[in-house]
Amino acid sequence: MLCDHCKERDAVVHLTRIVDNAVTQLHLCEKCAAEKGVETTIALPQHPLGEILQAVQQQASPTAAADAAVCAFCGATARDFRATGRLGCAHCYDSMESSLRELLRRLHGSSKHVGRRYDAPRPETLAEVDVRTELRDKLQRAVDAEQFELAAELRDKLRVME
Amino acid sequence: MRRPPLDLSLLPDGGVRWLDASGPNADIVISTRLRLARNVVGYAFTARARDGERLRMLAQVREALAHVPILDGSVLLRLDESGPLDRQLLHERHLVSKELAGLDAQHPLRTGAAVFLGEQVGVLVNEEDHLRLQAMRSGFDVPAAFAMASRMDQELGARVPFAFHKEFGYLTACPTNVGTGLRASVLIHLPGLVLTKEIGKVLAGLQQMGLTYRGLYGEGSEVVGNFFQLSNQTTLGRSEEELQDLLVRVVRHVIEREEEARRVLVRDAGYIIEDKLWRAFGTLRFARSLSFDEAMNFLSGVRLGVGLKLIPGLSVYTLNKLLIFAQSAHLAHLEGRALTDSESNLARARYVRQVLATEGSGVE
Repeated sequence: MLCDHCKERDAVVHLTRIVDNAVTQLHLCEKCAAEKGVETTIALPQHPLGEILQAVQQQASPTAAADAAVCAFCGATARDFRATGRLGCAHCYDSMESSLRELLRRLHGSSKHVGRRYDAPRPETLAEVDVRTELRDKLQRAVDAEQFELAAELRDKLRVME
Repeated sequence: MRRPPLDLSLLPDGGVRWLDASGPNADIVISTRLRLARNVVGYAFTARARDGERLRMLAQVREALAHVPILDGSVLLRLDESGPLDRQLLHERHLVSKELAGLDAQHPLRTGAAVFLGEQVGVLVNEEDHLRLQAMRSGFDVPAAFAMASRMDQELGARVPFAFHKEFGYLTACPTNVGTGLRASVLIHLPGLVLTKEIGKVLAGLQQMGLTYRGLYGEGSEVVGNFFQLSNQTTLGRSEEELQDLLVRVVRHVIEREEEARRVLVRDAGYIIEDKLWRAFGTLRFARSLSFDEAMNFLSGVRLGVGLKLIPGLSVYTLNKLLIFAQSAHLAHLEGRALTDSESNLARARYVRQVLATEGSGVE
């Protein structure tokens, strides 16, 4: 929605006014709102992703090698993480452990979990995971991400099994 | 393609028992919700997973639920097989997030997006994390919400292996949720602090204490009708109990500040406030067209009037109901068809008038 006043920038301040029992709505951008002296005591909720991305980018610039390191399980890289703010899988926490530790300190003030401990149920009580299905998933992800070396490796593994 | 409308009678308690205003401080705190973020070992996180992985994970959880007593009798709703109106309806009921419902432009509807709904509990499947275990309670009741979510966590975690790291705790797609994966939040109504212009200070103080605030629908939503969602900001480095304690302490303080602000308003601007609140009631009772924001703002006024005992004869439950049922998808469901904005405004005014005529007949 564009600002009602300048009709250029996005409106971020939405004013509902009641004058003589008539409700009027005014949508203003930050600049026009400030010019009109509208108090914006209620700041807009910040997008948490923005904070993370900022924190990630504030980290020491990674070496090209570290940047391109590929998670062996899901094929995500540190570059993907910086672009989306989301990790690809649980294994990414291991492949990016040291830089994540620093990031977690910034975000939470600590990198150490002090809450409940958890032991996953033993594999024999679980439904068997089909290793081949898992490999096929990995292969498809590698192809999607154009990681052809990894894809070739996975294809060979699959061939041996099939 | 036309799908049959969602049969809400299938949901245990319609999914809205948290609206019944039976909980502590229910006139100021509408509800308490607590969620635990969990991911299942063996699959990439939702956004990176392939369709087949998401469906297999859903099937694995579904099978395990037979051994999760707290979810006995729960209903599985496949969002990926539901129409947009039904998905919006579930979102308006605060049962699923905008992202899971595929209503967010950044996150299109995913294959495998689903929710298991039980009584005051739910499991969101294939949200940003594989699983979001959530519990909802009426009023300000963090311990009860935690007890339910925690039971779900233990029962399900004994059957499905969750991703857990010895140093970082429960692993999540976004590093802001890692550790306990716990987010406790209250939906709170703060008109007194807004009218006395104290709200800015209170919100700033809250952030210093490690809490954060959002609008009516959580992350990224606007503040309307003076309703705020307050929740813990961090999830790591503090235990589940410490996180709950923090929220309880701060929210208790916010409630006291709100009550104080209301006393000031009545003392310094008695008849002006009383007149304003009655005008809000009059508009809701007789208007022929109401936009959503308008309805929320007037409902906020009436809610304040009821809290201050200036408007007797109206229950908090009725106001809670209007808060949810006067939203667009609910009105469309009621009318049995999709509505344009202006039709929606007419239907909203009609619905509000009718509810206030029957449930607010004692108001004078």
